[in-house]
Amino acid sequence: MAKQELETKETPIAYELAKRQKEISVAEFFTKNRHLLGFDNKRKALLMAVKEAVDNSLDACEEARVLPEISIEIIEMSEFKYKIIIEDNGPGIVKKQIPNIFAKLLYGSKFHTLKQARGQQGIGISAAVLYSQLTTGKPAKITSRVSKKEPAFYYELNIDTQSNKPVIAKEETVEWAKEHGTKVELDLEAEYLKGSQSVDEYLKQTAVINPHVTIVYTNPKSEQVIYARATDKLPYESKEIKPHPYGIELGMLMDKLRWTESRTLQSFLTSEFSRVGPGTAKEICEHAALLPSTKPSQVSRDAAEKLLQGIQKTKIIAPPTDCLSPIGEELLEKGLRKEIKAEFYCATSRPPSVYRGNPFIIEAGIAYGGDIPKEEKANILRFANRVPLLYQEGACAMTRGIIETNWKPYGLQQSGDSTPIGPVVIVVHMASVWVPFTSESKEAIAHYAEIIKDIKLALQECGRLLGTYVRKKGRISQQIERANMFEKYLPEVADSLSALTKEKKEKILQGLQKMLVKPEIKKEIIEEDADDRLYKMEFKKKENEEAREEAG
Amino acid sequence: MKKQEKKPVKELEDFGKSLVDDIEKGRNPTIEFNLRSLSNIIFDEKTRTLGLGSKQQQRTFFNVGHAKKFLQTLEVAKISKSLLDVQKHASLRDVFYMAKRTIPSSSINIVDEQAESDNAIEDLELITGCSREQLNVNANKMGSVAGNVVVEDSGDTINWAKLGSGGWSIPSNVEDIDFKSIKAKYIIYMEKQAVWERLHEDKFWEKQNCIIVTSQGQTTRGIRRLLQRLNEGDKLPIYVLADFDPWGFYIYSVLKFGSINLAHMSGAMTLQNAKFLGVTADDVANYDLKKHFIRFKDVDFARLKQIADYDWFKKNKAWQRQFKMMKEFGAKLEIQALSSKGITFISEKYLPDKIKRQEFLD
Repeated sequence: MAKQELETKETPIAYELAKRQKEISVAEFFTKNRHLLGFDNKRKALLMAVKEAVDNSLDACEEARVLPEISIEIIEMSEFKYKIIIEDNGPGIVKKQIPNIFAKLLYGSKFHTLKQARGQQGIGISAAVLYSQLTTGKPAKITSRVSKKEPAFYYELNIDTQSNKPVIAKEETVEWAKEHGTKVELDLEAEYLKGSQSVDEYLKQTAVINPHVTIVYTNPKSEQVIYARATDKLPYESKEIKPHPYGIELGMLMDKLRWTESRTLQSFLTSEFSRVGPGTAKEICEHAALLPSTKPSQVSRDAAEKLLQGIQKTKIIAPPTDCLSPIGEELLEKGLRKEIKAEFYCATSRPPSVYRGNPFIIEAGIAYGGDIPKEEKANILRFANRVPLLYQEGACAMTRGIIETNWKPYGLQQSGDSTPIGPVVIVVHMASVWVPFTSESKEAIAHYAEIIKDIKLALQECGRLLGTYVRKKGRISQQIERANMFEKYLPEVADSLSALTKEKKEKILQGLQKMLVKPEIKKEIIEEDADDRLYKMEFKKKENEEAREEAG
Repeated sequence: MKKQEKKPVKELEDFGKSLVDDIEKGRNPTIEFNLRSLSNIIFDEKTRTLGLGSKQQQRTFFNVGHAKKFLQTLEVAKISKSLLDVQKHASLRDVFYMAKRTIPSSSINIVDEQAESDNAIEDLELITGCSREQLNVNANKMGSVAGNVVVEDSGDTINWAKLGSGGWSIPSNVEDIDFKSIKAKYIIYMEKQAVWERLHEDKFWEKQNCIIVTSQGQTTRGIRRLLQRLNEGDKLPIYVLADFDPWGFYIYSVLKFGSINLAHMSGAMTLQNAKFLGVTADDVANYDLKKHFIRFKDVDFARLKQIADYDWFKKNKAWQRQFKMMKEFGAKLEIQALSSKGITFISEKYLPDKIKRQEFLD
């Protein structure tokens, strides 16, 4: 029937349909699909807007090698209407880039590079600006200054959703006390709540994982919290690297072949990829049955596929890992100590690993006891490139790694494959040039076997330290119980002996109490094993180190 | 009687004084006495009884492993002293309840189970060299006896042949009983009260001119003392009638050689001339009892092996043969299985025949 209709109509229907087919602007697309960027509800929108601005500030400061000082202020304007002001001491943004960075989606420096950074796609802050515009109709207000020699520029910006281009509503130079830095002011529809997925929690976790950052936060109730930095050491400057051949996919390879400036396949391979020298390039060509002198632009789809197979067949050394900037065991532990009140802390940093040609480092930390609730599920803090991940805990490779780890030997309760229970905060951090998020809103890490394996290894290292601590703690409380037990026994013994001998009970009791403090008797009461002595030494060592640090 | 009580009081006082002395001198209070465990049990081939070796055991107060037992030992010593002071007797169960209390402002009980206080009293026997009865603590288990015997107990004259269907209840302390006349020719001791009732109803003791004795299950001290006193100088043969199972064998073993727990008092307890009458592996075949077998469980096999390995059974071929056959059967049997041959079969046929043919194990 349908076929008949198509044939009998004078003009094919496709022409009719074609009238309605047109380009969709990126801005328009995200207007309709704001959940893809994490702006699904009012509460989350507030978090996302603050997070994007803070992430950008931190990235900028670190790139400029400035110790970050960031102030965040949230003001309630009316019901569900908030103003957020984020100000940093970063390098500032040159005048002509300000409109593009804040009011053009998919504009940025990070997408095209393989480098460990908080932002990746260049969507973040402009998406927040777009959301602000959509919910309040107000422009984003940006102030930025690059040096004391130049004035501070002030912009009011909107996004033209049709063309994805910035619309400048106001532009002027202003007086600003800061020598350099950027200030972002956004009005948006939002909801302020506390809890595990709040701005408060995000900033606290940011302070844990970035011990070099000072954050001054004023919430809508005008309560101010200051997260002071615990170290003056900036993270190692992460370097940009070229992609490793093992991580490339066909489409990307074909794009690269088309746009390269190299004249031969061999020079293409050596110049576009890391860890490929002339020898390796020749070997790849050989395995792909392609001539090293082939012009890259003439490599067909089929040939590109062969090239990909050639890459897989060739043994290529792992990508360089100096491009990564882990937090390090020491600073991770400091970050935990700073923000979480516990009795025991430990942290570990794994050696670099590789998934799909992308180098990464897994770090883990544990805080135990103290103020952490005893009978609740472990509090999991997930971080990717120093950014807290607050949503989609269940879908994340880090959660997978935690529940696949057997925590019972480490002194926590756990039933089957589930989150352990006990007074514990578990931190997992992944540093990578490309973190494989499951979605654009960057909430969960994809389940790569290599990543999960390393997460588990890191957790096991921490777990062993935790286990020894928990056991030691158990032993100590047992010993205290024992000493108490003897104290309770004394009057009973004295009473019986007094009944047998008619000696005064008090006199016998005094004699026994005197003995209780004698060292040789103490030794009988408190059994000390070799393990205990080892701990005492370790703890002593740690205490000394801390004392020295404080003194120095 | 007065004379008997003086020694225990003095022993208890001395025991207390030695500990007070330790405390005054700043020494960890220490009790020392013979080790009462299998590793210190010696089977004397000459006397054919179990005895304690010379290994000593120390119980110090300031020691995590000893403290509780130390406390328990002192507690029962205090209780015993208080009984002796007012010239009253208490049962093992009474002592358990007297000791079972919670230490103030703690959750610790001095004893939680009767086994603990029972054990402490047995230790106290070793420490003071006085028997439990001398310490005024009696067993709570009772047994029955009937036969042609007349005794005097606390001023009363009792004829064991004239006490109706229940027989005479054996007191837990038989030390003060005087035997006026013993006309019986032998004694049968049986594990089961029900079997005793059967024999008593059938007037077995009258027809056979013997004494029939029972206690429920494991033989109590009082009964063992009674048997020994009846038997003074091995005048009366003693036959043991028990179930065909490792525990039945052990009842015989305890009567004849002594027990591990009370090895320190073997001399006053053992019955050198006790003989095992039944039920034996041969009875199973002779009387066609296999159909009444009860299958062995793992614990039965384990217990059988333990018993077969005891020094006093090791070289005994007749006994080893029994153990081997029982193991092969992989099953046990109750004495009452004999009732399948008729209700009076045991009293009219089984026992008279076996005794006549002198069919027993030694």
